[in-house]
Formats: sequence, structure tokens, C-alpha cells
Amino acid sequence: MWKKAEGIRMTEEIQDLQKKLRIGWFSFTCCEDSTIMMTELMNDHFFEWKRLLDIRHAKVLKTKNNLDSLDVAFVEGAISSDAQAEKLKKIRSVSKKLVAIGSCAVTGFPSAQRNLFDQATKAEIQPILDRFRYADKVLKLDEVVPVDAVVPGCPMDTDIFLEVLNQMLTEFGIIPFRERNSLDVPGT
Amino acid sequence: MHNSNFDLSVEEISKIEGTAGMQVKVREGKVEDLKLSLSDYKRFYTQAIRGKPISGVPQLLARICGTCSNAHLLCSIQSVEKAIAILPSKQTKLIRRLITNGLMIRDHGLHLYVFSLPDVLGRDSILEFDESNELEHQLLHDTFTVKAAGNQLSIAFGGRSVHAPYPMIGGFTQFPQREEIEKSLKLLRKARPAAVRLVQVFSDCQFEFLDETTFVALKAGDYNFLEGDVAASSGEMIPESQLREHLEHTVIPYSQASGYKFKGSAYMVGALARINLSKDLLHPNTKRDAGQALEKFPSKNVFHNNLAQAIEVLHCIDESLELLENRKEFPPEAPLAAAQSDGIGVGVIEAPRGLLYHRLEIKDRKVVSAEIAVPTGQNQISMEKNLVGVVEGNLDKEKEQISFEIEKFVRAYDPCISCATHFLKIKWT
Repeated sequence: MWKKAEGIRMTEEIQDLQKKLRIGWFSFTCCEDSTIMMTELMNDHFFEWKRLLDIRHAKVLKTKNNLDSLDVAFVEGAISSDAQAEKLKKIRSVSKKLVAIGSCAVTGFPSAQRNLFDQATKAEIQPILDRFRYADKVLKLDEVVPVDAVVPGCPMDTDIFLEVLNQMLTEFGIIPFRERNSLDVPGT
Repeated sequence: MHNSNFDLSVEEISKIEGTAGMQVKVREGKVEDLKLSLSDYKRFYTQAIRGKPISGVPQLLARICGTCSNAHLLCSIQSVEKAIAILPSKQTKLIRRLITNGLMIRDHGLHLYVFSLPDVLGRDSILEFDESNELEHQLLHDTFTVKAAGNQLSIAFGGRSVHAPYPMIGGFTQFPQREEIEKSLKLLRKARPAAVRLVQVFSDCQFEFLDETTFVALKAGDYNFLEGDVAASSGEMIPESQLREHLEHTVIPYSQASGYKFKGSAYMVGALARINLSKDLLHPNTKRDAGQALEKFPSKNVFHNNLAQAIEVLHCIDESLELLENRKEFPPEAPLAAAQSDGIGVGVIEAPRGLLYHRLEIKDRKVVSAEIAVPTGQNQISMEKNLVGVVEGNLDKEKEQISFEIEKFVRAYDPCISCATHFLKIKWT
């Protein structure tokens, strides 16, 4: 194991790490409306989240990001290219759970609207698709990786998001069931 | 350390809306090549909108952008109403004005507190603010007080701060309830002292990058985000319907977004342009409490875009307080009907990041064609041009510090890449 004095400090550090949910927040092709709703939820939940969440990766909140072992990846947006698909697979491979956030992630639309274009419109946009290496079709997340939970809505339904977040906090043992009941979750 | 030869790549600039990257090549102490690429994938709204019935147009075009969605919503409503000859009622104009104030408070609040303030305080993130430090503790709490006030104002009058469901062509589907108005007043009053502190923080900030550029913004008889003619700091006044003729579309082969020039040169839109051109029209209470900060304008310092945004937060709070203290009732009105089913309409408004242009051609109440020019596209050429100066001015620093200076500078423009890449001109040369 480790020496006693060092051990106490390390134990505290480990406990500190263990009591937070390791999360990432990622955006692919979309308008990032759910990111905005998340930052608005922070108006009421920032201090609670700071206590319960270890935000490892969130480009909208910080420059120094880590894509390492995550408990939960929250992913908004649809997948427009092979490069995005590879990045999503990488996120999936380091995350125990992956939650699709908002309409584009859950259904593909409206970002996938080019999938429905007629031949003439498809021909019109083809030079761009070629130049920037777009995939032929825009995909929703579960067409690329397994998805564990969804938060639908355009923007995401914030009540469902809070419910899913609290399910994850409970499932990973971050909060006991009784604290979950005390949080501001509709229907509890 | 003096860096005379190096390549530097910032793959994803953080704390902005969307994805942008930058590559620079420095040789013998000079920038040999610099590319700013706005790299979100396009969603082709201007193609997707063709053939759609006009009733659905504003809500679809709002999806171009998450953060300034209500600006796209109101701009597309304006363009449709002009095309089919609807003149909005006085109350409709007033409610749209309050929705816009809510948008400015919330959107500028996000940019200033969450994206830019960490640069000022030397922190990586708002998550790192030290609550035992009096200033950081205060500003952290102010963040949520100010954002919540803007969010609530948007909810009261628009139904939501993102993709607001109430606004429609000719009026609204729902009207503000008394209790929502009272809640808005309470939060706006609470946010006001925080906004005054925010002005002070960005007034004290010493970041500087001077740019001899042209500033372009709407200008009206009052400080107005929704109406007026297009004014330039070079002296021109252009009716909004003719704006597009003065913008030169520029293809940037490595960027997924269109760039624009104004009369052949780079220009800047946004809060700095608005305050430079219309600071005398700000609310009297804002002028009183932002007095010293206002003396810095007109300014050529790009970083004063942050200060200009902070002043606008205060102005929008002051104007909304005055409007709501004098009027508590907004009785339901039936939406106005169109006088015609064909036409061409141009909507021009000030989105948080600057001039937003929607042009729609309508036939049989369906969209024939659409053209949209967004603020970040208009600022793109200016941003890239000035980044050369930013890099060359920081060559004595380590690469990590140069990267930070690049990101800090781009953040000052408050770019929105989701907006900028909503579509692209098809012709490549």
C-alpha cells in the first residue's frame, strides 16, 4: 500500500475523485442550443455541479481538456463526416455511458436535412461535400455508436436532462438515493 | 525566448460558439502564412428552406444558431413581414424589443463571464474561480445573476431563451403573464449592480489591439437593435434593403464559412461598432453609471468589444426596467394577416455579435430563395488579418503563451461558428 502520512493524503485525494462524476460535454454538427440550455441551467445548479461533477472535457467551458476515462459523455449534434465518426468512437471508447443530447444527436434532424435533398440540390452542394470530406449522409449518434440514454428536444428538454443526470449520479454512487430526491428534479 | 522560425496550430479554439482553428507559419520573425478556419460542418439551411411554407420559416432558420437563435428568429420574421407587407403593431414591436434585450443580456453575459472573464482573471475556466477571493467570489455569483435576468426576460416575452416559441409572423402565439413580468423586474433589479461591476472590470482591463478599420452597425433615433439604417464609421448611411450591395462576398477556400468585405475592405460589426456609432443614444441611467468607461469610445481597440458588450448589458437592463415599470399589461392581439402572398423582403437587425441580414424571396407564401449574412462571417476577414499582428506582437513569448494570446484575441470578437457555417456559396474559384 503506501506510507501512513502519504496514505492519508492520497486516500483523501482518491475519495475526492471518487465522489465526483467524471463527465465530458461534446458538440458535433448542430447549433449548440443544448449547450446554451446547459449553461442556463448553471444559473441554478453551478455550485451543486461543482461539488458533484468532475468536468474533464468541455470546450465551451475551458481550454485545458482531458479526453481520458469518463463515467458519462454527453454528446450533442449529428455526425457529418468520417472524421467526426472516428472522434465519436474515441469518446465512446473512453466513456462508461454515452448520452445523446438534443434533436440532432437523437434524430439527426435538422442537421441531417441534406439527406432529404432532391438530386439537383444534392448536385449543387456536392463540391462542398467533396472539398471538406463530408460523409454521404448525416447520421444520428446511435447509427455510429451505442447510446445509453437520450435527452430529446430542440433544444434539449431540460427537465429530462436533469433527470438523466441524476440517474447517472445515483448509478455511479455519487449521490445516495435520498439526496437525489432532495435535488430539484421535477416529479421527485 | 525569441521565436523567428516556427509553425503553430491551434486546432480548436476554446470558449467560443462552435469550432474554429488557426494555423500559422512564422519565418525570420514574420508571419509567412496564417489561416483562420471556421470548421463546423454546414447544415445547408439556405438550400433546405426553399419551397417551405413561410409560416415555418422563422422557427427553422432560428436553428442556424443556438446562442443567438432569437436574433435569427426575429430577423427572419422581419424579412417575411416585409416581403408580404405586414406592418407589426406597436405592442408587437415593444415585445420584440424586450425579447432582444433578454437575448443581449443572456448572450453577452455568457461571453463576458464564462468565455472572456477567465482571460482577465488569469484562470483557465469559470470552474477554477477562487471562491475565497472576494473579487472572484463576487463575479462568480454575478455571472448567474446577470445570465438569469436575461434568461427570465426571454422566457417572459418569448417563451424560452433559445428558439423562443411565442414569436410568429404578424405577432405572437402567447403573451406575457403578469407574474412572469414581475419575476423579470425582480431579477433585472438584482442584476443591475452586477452589470455596473462588469462594466468596471472590463473598463479596468488593459488588453489592447488597435485596428484602423471601418465599424458598421444599425443606427436609429434611439439605441435600437431592430430598426434603423446601416451606418459606417467612414460616414456612409445605407438603407437596410441596400446593405447587400455594399458587401463583397469572399470565398475563403480553407474555411467552411463565407467572408465579407465592406466597400472592398475588412470591417468590424458587433457591440464595439454599435457603441462607437451610437453611444450618445444609450439609456440615461447607463450613461450616468458607465460614464468613465464610455469616454473610451469611439475606440479602435478590438478588446473594447468586451467593454462595449458590458455597457450594452447595463443598457438593456436599464431600458427593460423603464419599459416594464411603466407598462404591466400586454393584452393578447390577433396576429396580423398578410396583404400579399408574393414579394422580396430584407430583414436587417443587430444580433449580439453584429449586423444580421436575411433576404427572402417568396411566391405563393412559399420560399423561392434565401440569402443570409451573419456577423461572424462579416468579421472573419478582420479577425484573420489582425491575427498576423497578434502573432508578430508576441514572438518573444513561448508557444503556449502565443496560443493563449491567439485564443484570447479571437474570443474578443465573440465569434459564433455555428452561425457562420450555416451555408456556403457554391462557386469555388
